[in-house]
Amino acid sequence: MSSDAMAIQSADVAGRPWVEALHEWVTTVDHKRLGVLYILFALTFLIIGGIEAAIMRIQLIRPHNDFVSPQVFNRMFTMHGTTMIFFVIMPVMFGFANYLVPLMIGARDMAFPRLNAFSFWLSAFGGCLLYFSLIGGSGLYGAGNAPDVGWWAYAPLTSRAFSPGHSTDYWTIAVLVSGFGSIGTAINIIATIVCMRCPGMKLSRMPLLAWLNLVMAFLVLISISPLSAAQIMLLVDRYLGGHFFDTQAGGSAALWMHFFWIFGHPEVYILVIPAFAFASEIIPVFSRKPIFGYPVMVGATVCIAFVSMSVWAHHMFTIGMNSYSNSFFVLTTMVIAVPTGIKIFNWLGTMWGGKIQFTTPMLFCIGFLFQFLIAGLTGIMLGAAPFNWQLNGSYFVVAHFHYVIVGGIMFALFAAFYFWYPKITGRMLNESLGKLHFWLFFIGFHLTFDTMHIPGVLGMPRRIYTYEPGRGWDTLNLIVTIGTFVQGLAILVFVANLVLSYFRGPKAGNDPWDAWTLEWSVSSPPPSYDFASIPTVSSRRPLWDRKHPEDPDSRYE
Amino acid sequence: MAEKHKTEWRVVVGRAIGTLIFLGGILLVVGLCNGAAPPENSFPSIFDPRSTPAESIYRLSHFVLAITGLIFLVVFGLLSYAVVKFRNTDANAKREPAQVYGSTQIELAWTIIPILIVVVLFLATARVIHAIQDAPKPAAAVEVTAIGHQFWWEFRYPALGIVTANELHVPVSDPAHPTPTFLKLLSADTDHSFWVPQLAGKTDLIPNRVNETWMDPHQTGVFHGQCAQYCGTQHAKMLLRVSVDSPEVFDAWVHAQKQPTKRDDQEIAGRRVFETTACVNCHAVGGTNATGRFGPDLTHLMSRSTIAAGAAENTTENLRLWIQNPDAIKPGSLMPAMKLSDADLDALVRYLETLH
Repeated sequence: MSSDAMAIQSADVAGRPWVEALHEWVTTVDHKRLGVLYILFALTFLIIGGIEAAIMRIQLIRPHNDFVSPQVFNRMFTMHGTTMIFFVIMPVMFGFANYLVPLMIGARDMAFPRLNAFSFWLSAFGGCLLYFSLIGGSGLYGAGNAPDVGWWAYAPLTSRAFSPGHSTDYWTIAVLVSGFGSIGTAINIIATIVCMRCPGMKLSRMPLLAWLNLVMAFLVLISISPLSAAQIMLLVDRYLGGHFFDTQAGGSAALWMHFFWIFGHPEVYILVIPAFAFASEIIPVFSRKPIFGYPVMVGATVCIAFVSMSVWAHHMFTIGMNSYSNSFFVLTTMVIAVPTGIKIFNWLGTMWGGKIQFTTPMLFCIGFLFQFLIAGLTGIMLGAAPFNWQLNGSYFVVAHFHYVIVGGIMFALFAAFYFWYPKITGRMLNESLGKLHFWLFFIGFHLTFDTMHIPGVLGMPRRIYTYEPGRGWDTLNLIVTIGTFVQGLAILVFVANLVLSYFRGPKAGNDPWDAWTLEWSVSSPPPSYDFASIPTVSSRRPLWDRKHPEDPDSRYE
Repeated sequence: MAEKHKTEWRVVVGRAIGTLIFLGGILLVVGLCNGAAPPENSFPSIFDPRSTPAESIYRLSHFVLAITGLIFLVVFGLLSYAVVKFRNTDANAKREPAQVYGSTQIELAWTIIPILIVVVLFLATARVIHAIQDAPKPAAAVEVTAIGHQFWWEFRYPALGIVTANELHVPVSDPAHPTPTFLKLLSADTDHSFWVPQLAGKTDLIPNRVNETWMDPHQTGVFHGQCAQYCGTQHAKMLLRVSVDSPEVFDAWVHAQKQPTKRDDQEIAGRRVFETTACVNCHAVGGTNATGRFGPDLTHLMSRSTIAAGAAENTTENLRLWIQNPDAIKPGSLMPAMKLSDADLDALVRYLETLH
């Protein structure tokens, strides 16, 4: 009798069977677990997308290389783009939003926990479907496997005449399904922020991260919808005899371009606004000052979101719009530089007069600031339509948007990993490995993407699997490829750090960074349902008030 | 403390190096292209323009680069200054810095100044857009219809009755008596983009849509470009050559292109192979029953220096290889492998080589 009891108890101590743990993760509706699932899902796809990038760079290391066939190369850039946008950056941002927003606004979970789980599994299913095309994409005609139409999938290349087989269908449905997941999460984020703030947390006191994710969620709602519509229209074209984009039957290729970029440009801001959110939380903590110009930061973000919906055709300056349309989109494109500039200046204002601590998250944030500045300036060059006629579709534009996505978004994202990993796991990431990761990635990034601007200026178009020698592109492409491998090494260091620190990292405690927002008031990792009692706040920095009762923020608001 | 110092300086030095590489790279390219332009224009650089539209863009790009360069220097300077100046030097002091929440005046300043810069940039840009897009077409202009195909270019000169492929011939344009070339851009299948960086910015060729572009090259020579909009498997080898000829050379070229094919009875065997195999389904040769339009017109094949849209030199060996095994030159191109016997292949190549 007693030995039975002992046995039961020891089984309990040894841990439940892994199936049970897995079952718990699969059926979870907890915002923190779903956040972690989103992040792990994105990291897995980051590795896959990175391998695809490496394959392309090996192919381009010298002219007339034959590492892969043109067919494989075309699949690689299609899968790389689709993966990185839809299955890496978007889910990782949703993951952080899921994890952090309820904690930061003093809520116990998202507004719709089941919708949350449903949205995650839709996105995950979309990602798996995209990669299932590698096995199942051949279809009747045996015409290739993975999609090879580019991540914009311009019509009429996607019509049945030019894309026989099912690879394009996998692309369409994968993006469509994950888009539904994104819409679900966006609704959830909006409802959570609007309805579930703790007492005292007025909109004007909400942490910038929550504000920016609110704006991001609205952008998702507005921009994913036309994309989903276009994907359905494409499916109608391919299977129900529609002719929306089928130019051979009188359809319009330009219509698809408009649909795609009406989604595509706000999408850039869907990705970058959460990155702004990370910077807006991390820079103040390590400058030891509150964010400079909080209301202006909120206003600038909302302004960016509005303007970002009227700039899409700057991706289409070469399609032969008339001079008035081109001028209009030049104006809106350049206007967006103003609120973006304001944000950079406000981060600068936050650091100004502070006591900057060069921890790994802050290093990544500083990298983000400088690189996003350059990305913005090359964006202005591309926004000047005539200059764009030369630069668009060349490697210059590839360098530009990688400067935004890698130099800007990824750097802010790494900052977020180093900053919130202690909260999520209860352990600190290793600082030395973190600095090694930073410097390797920094050097690799600049080798690759600074250099990549130049072949574009020298007339090298993007999406070519090989190139002619003697055009001044050879050495530059070699340097770009070398940089890619340095970045790959940095990612390995990062993953090693994530894994090692999970087991060996020093305990973090509740508040390792001496920070000011609510998530740092609970244990690391936070308990189920986050807050034992719902907190009440009276300023934008509730923990500052608690730590400095002699001079609380609430006195100045 | 010492540890702290080291860290900060590494940040600053790292940033500075990164940026210098970036700016240096751009300057290097500009210098390279301005200073020592290679004689046969082998670098298709946008900073080495040889035609009015490309030159207007080049001038605008200087203006935009100057303004963005200035912004870069100012903001880079301020950020670097802040990072160095406000680093935490006393590791132990628990004292927090002065808590500053914002400043309306400063916010206004860094809102209004960028707005002014945007207005200036917009006006300068709109002017160039208008100058290039709304340029009047002079009576002496040469008109060409360019049709994009997977994966080659068809060029038709409707006024001259000439059809050719992949190698565009245009007359040099004397600013005193301009003879610009206006291209009407069409597509037979997917989207393409016409881009010869030294002559003009790119314009897409989109099915069911008529686009236009123009160029007035000021210098003779061969200029390289290629398709700049992903159009399918062999997008990479859809190369483009523009031969800018002096008026005499251009007239001679036009005269030669207008000649009917000379019937060379010595090569009757090769001609029979050509006319009795699938060649005629896709290719045309003037004066014969070959009238296909899926592939390039071969009437004056030998007047072109390359085959397969610039993927290979136009030599006997390459012609043989191209006919027998196109994938060896351009995998995924739509030219089928003809699987001819050696005797037929020899005869066919000999016949093709009479098409001057």
